[in-house]
Amino acid sequence: MLQILKNRILKGVLTRHIEPGLSGKIDPAGRELKSLIQKKFGRSLHIRQLDSGSCGACQSEIISANNPIYDLQRFGVNFVASPRHADALLVTGPVSRNMFIALKKTYEAMPEPKFVITCGDCALSGGPFKDSYYVCRAAKDILPVVLHIPGCPPSPLQIISALNTFLRKA
Amino acid sequence: MDCSEVIAGIKNRFPDFSVLSVTQAYVDEIYIKVSRQFFKDTCLALHKAFSSPVAMFFASDERRDTGKFVVNCVFVNFKKSQWIIVSMDVPQDAPYFDSLAKSIHSASLFEREIWEMFGLEPKGNPDLRRLRLHDEVWPKGNYPLRKDFQSMQAGDLSDYKFGKVEGEGVFEIPVGPVHAGIIGPGHFRFSVAGEPIINLETRFGFTHRGVEKLFEGKSCLEAIRLSECVSGDMSFGHSLAFAQAVEKISRVSIPKQAVYLRGIFLELERMYNHVNDIGGMAVDVGFSFPSAYASVIKEAILQLNDKLTASRYLKKVNAVGGVLKDLDEDKRLILLDSLKSIKKDFNQLVKILYSSVSFMDRIDTTGALRRKTAEGIGVVGLIARASGIPADLREYFPGVGAVYKEARFKMVTEESGDVLARLKLRIAEFKESSRLIEFFTGKLMTGQEISSYPELKQGSALGYAEGWRGPVLYWIETDAAGLIQRCKIVDPSFLNWQGLSYAVLGNIIPDFPLCNKSFDLSYSGGDL
Repeated sequence: MLQILKNRILKGVLTRHIEPGLSGKIDPAGRELKSLIQKKFGRSLHIRQLDSGSCGACQSEIISANNPIYDLQRFGVNFVASPRHADALLVTGPVSRNMFIALKKTYEAMPEPKFVITCGDCALSGGPFKDSYYVCRAAKDILPVVLHIPGCPPSPLQIISALNTFLRKA
Repeated sequence: MDCSEVIAGIKNRFPDFSVLSVTQAYVDEIYIKVSRQFFKDTCLALHKAFSSPVAMFFASDERRDTGKFVVNCVFVNFKKSQWIIVSMDVPQDAPYFDSLAKSIHSASLFEREIWEMFGLEPKGNPDLRRLRLHDEVWPKGNYPLRKDFQSMQAGDLSDYKFGKVEGEGVFEIPVGPVHAGIIGPGHFRFSVAGEPIINLETRFGFTHRGVEKLFEGKSCLEAIRLSECVSGDMSFGHSLAFAQAVEKISRVSIPKQAVYLRGIFLELERMYNHVNDIGGMAVDVGFSFPSAYASVIKEAILQLNDKLTASRYLKKVNAVGGVLKDLDEDKRLILLDSLKSIKKDFNQLVKILYSSVSFMDRIDTTGALRRKTAEGIGVVGLIARASGIPADLREYFPGVGAVYKEARFKMVTEESGDVLARLKLRIAEFKESSRLIEFFTGKLMTGQEISSYPELKQGSALGYAEGWRGPVLYWIETDAAGLIQRCKIVDPSFLNWQGLSYAVLGNIIPDFPLCNKSFDLSYSGGDL
């Protein structure tokens, strides 16, 4: 415990270690995201992430977007455990046949109003897996997708700026 | 003991035993061709002689040329740094073979895979449930890895039968495929009596994308990019194993500079994943400060990757014949500088974890996988080492240029096989990786060739690399045009998921996430 306290006092706020170049990008983008979310959603945007057959890189970047460097939560974006708590569904990966039902059920379990975002090149069209015998149609043919975040995988900054672009228009 | 002695041993036991051929295709690859009747005995003898689990067991469809299927079973002889591949033909009008599963447990999953993908029945295997082609969505009789498979034909669907534990007070907790976090899909079904878990049934395949079939017909240049998408957090490990298989076929030698660079990237991948894992263990006991700290270290390594290669996940870095990204003097300085601060942070993280009594108490003796069980089910890589099995390809296969030997790589093992052992191992490997990177970086020179341009040939070979989870194996067969005819992938997760089902027994449900995170396996790597 003492170790933690000592460390806390010595370290101060961890975010100060971010390179100026990077924080110069995160902060303005984040501020914009926060004000957009304030305006459109009242206070916060709750997202349920669902992997419909991805390789895991997109999840890793979504997790990175929640680390103390980017810290999406401070801008009002929360990743929730249950679809019942979600405003948006964030789908990663091509849709494997085995996930088709689970994907639909997760969407159906969400309360209205709700929308769907796809994240990563595979989720848009199946990416390198689109000709597979085991990949269904793209997520956008199954659910009403309103936003796609491109990249393989998209970096945390790309995720933030894609959300911004979308919310500006929405 | 080497192969010829093993073969002589089998001959003693079975007077009419004969080997059709023994060929040493490469320095590290020996093929033993036997007839179908002797396949099982040969495999059993090799399994015993080298105390090797089945490393790989797969079929390929050669009916177009020979009217037969070929089934290969791969064992590893660490002492001689060799892979031994037992091979047999299975005629198309009698599509079955004797199951090994009752004698070698590690063959079991592979046999189920061969059965669902090729329709070759392992006679005598007590469990022929399908792994990836779920009965609810994929009708019987569709074997996608057969060459003449076009598209799914309609047919009967059925339900999957889970193993059941019955008795007074026993109840089931089904979890998944969609989990309450930012994580891949899988189904876990716990049978519990009170708090402790008495059985864990896993069902996977939710991220099955038909990867092996997608490799077929692709050129090696295209396919290496696909290999990076098999398991996203091990993209370099996969592309390395793939590239090495193709390089063996084309018998090309890799520039030394590229070998060092590959070493650096492979270890960077190990570092960011190990620290991610350590943070995961902390988060799963609700210890949020070190987990946040670990994620900062992970981010630092990802950003370092980005600076060095323009990819946070080391994609588009590997190539057949070498690498695409060199590290000039500036980048080497950045690398060494960043490593210094990363190491400092990491030591701090370890100190925080080790000085928390409640954390240590929670992970000590939790989720123990005993060595005997681990050997029996054939777990590999880090999980095997945590249970005391000395198995690390970096130690036993000096490979191209023997750079790991040059760097005096030290394999680490732990004895207890619990979460603590896996934590200690990750910490030790993280430190060893950073030492290796420093060593390899010191060997880099400026203005060197980083890639040779291999001529793609016809042939087959086994490529392998010790990724951060364990050995990644690629068996590749190419045709005269250099296009891939068959690609068999074994990600360490495939075998290690079984290890988890055993490790959690007797533990309470709230410790499951902790055990799971300490294994940190890939859904997509196992499901392919």
